[in-house]
Amino acid sequence: MAKITYITADGTTYEVDAEDGSTVMEAAIHNQVPGIEAECGGACACATCHVYVEEPWTEIVGPPQPMEEDMLDFGYDVRPNSRLSCQIRVSAAIDGMIVRVPDRQG
Amino acid sequence: MSAPIETDVVIVGAGPVGLFSVFELGLNDISCHLVDILDRPGGQCAELYPEKPIYDIPGYPEITAQGLIDKLMEQIKPFNPTFHFSQMVESLERLPDGRFGLTTDAGTTFRCKAVVIAAGGGSFQPKRPPVAGIEAYEGTSVHYAVRRMDDFRGQDVLIVGGGDSALDWVLNLQPVAKSITLLHRRDDFRAAPHSVDQMRALVADGKVSLVIGQVQSLKGDNGQVTAAVVKDKDNNELEIACTKVLPFFGLTMKLGPVANWGINLEENLIPVDTARFETSEPGIFAIGDINTYPGKIKLILCGFHEAALMTQAVYKIVYPEKRHVFQYTTSSSSLQKKLGVL
Ligand SMILES: Cc1cc2nc3c(=O)[nH]c(=O)nc-3n(C[C@H](O)[C@H](O)[C@H](O)COP(=O)(O)OP(=O)(O)OC[C@H]3O[C@@H](n4cnc5c(N)ncnc54)[C@H](O)[C@@H]3O)c2cc1C
Ligand code: FES
Repeated sequence: MAKITYITADGTTYEVDAEDGSTVMEAAIHNQVPGIEAECGGACACATCHVYVEEPWTEIVGPPQPMEEDMLDFGYDVRPNSRLSCQIRVSAAIDGMIVRVPDRQG
Repeated sequence: MSAPIETDVVIVGAGPVGLFSVFELGLNDISCHLVDILDRPGGQCAELYPEKPIYDIPGYPEITAQGLIDKLMEQIKPFNPTFHFSQMVESLERLPDGRFGLTTDAGTTFRCKAVVIAAGGGSFQPKRPPVAGIEAYEGTSVHYAVRRMDDFRGQDVLIVGGGDSALDWVLNLQPVAKSITLLHRRDDFRAAPHSVDQMRALVADGKVSLVIGQVQSLKGDNGQVTAAVVKDKDNNELEIACTKVLPFFGLTMKLGPVANWGINLEENLIPVDTARFETSEPGIFAIGDINTYPGKIKLILCGFHEAALMTQAVYKIVYPEKRHVFQYTTSSSSLQKKLGVL
């Protein structure tokens, strides 16, 4: 179990309990966090689950894998701390993580 | 425009459900043609997640999405369906003789007795890049595909993206355009390695300029772009002069022309009855992800079931005078002959 905080573009904060082994995208969808669309259901095929990972979690979750980096090409306003939330696994290591949701998903 | 193709059924969409319909219709001596915007069969399975395993196809504890499509193609082979790829069905109308007329954006026309809409999540269409106000330039100086290379002759072309489409058009348009700039958010390309090498050689020769960054906005008026404002990787803003922009940001699914065919819709889905899977228009059927009814779930296996029931209803339209005889493939010699196993 890990606590994850999502901050949407308008500044609203959503704190959710995410299950180990699920993904940061799934935790957002199950808790109705707005702004994460996840059209492809986590297949790393749509880039509509784009988030910005806040420090110090950027290093902890590490950089995107090549396939995710390719998919990020389709994201909107991609920044160095951009990740696709369906590709971040939940574990105790990310307990307390804060991610920001971009103001649009492409 | 060439002469219309005459067939029993036209299937709009060659996703898994459209493909399996060929099998069910074929067993009942109903011939069909399939049309899909993509350049290959498989719909979402082929375009969105070919390498991913699927675990809920009956009889296959695990099969990749592409693997399933390959198996379906093998299964429908005895029926020799004709595919029309890279074409979108644009119009569908009822003809005075009660049949249907369909036309694709490539000018192919069909005359058929029944239509099966297996359009899934809708048609795959190019994604609009996240640039405010880009709509104003679409069709005049912003294009999502190259229809005629001549339109780019003597133009300052800005190509945005890092995949195969972007790189292919850099290479193909370079000889005809006045200038080519390739803009991509990172200095790493998804495209085939040999295209990347060719592009890098053109950049080294000064024939193509490569900019690493993201488009912020477009400048111009009356639909004519004059420049793109770009933020480079160090967050500096720069302007790239251009008269044509070609963004390649992948595909997304939109309902598309299905909305204009006079069929009742419910939140972008087609309501059907669960005995025939017929739409509000008799003779037009809808199966797979595109339809809705009480209890609907968007699963491949549900689409397969819908294909089997739809076929019973279509049979009565194609062969109004015949009585339908239910048979098992296991034991029916006539079905086995059709499948080429007897
Ligand atoms: C990541 C992901 C994972 C999935 N996992 C599973 C799973 O494990 N199990 C499962 O059962 N399902 C799964 N699904 C859902 C499954 O893929 C769909 O239910 C299935 O693809 C629907 O098939 P279809 O033939 O109805 O439509 P689609 O596969 O959407 O195909 C429709 C086709 O119609 C074409 N088309 C549309 N309009 C037109 C037009 N006007 N002219 C020409 N062509 C047109 C489109 O281009 C498309 O190729 C998954 C989906 C995704 C995205
Ligand atoms: S949900 Fe589609 S890429 Fe993450």
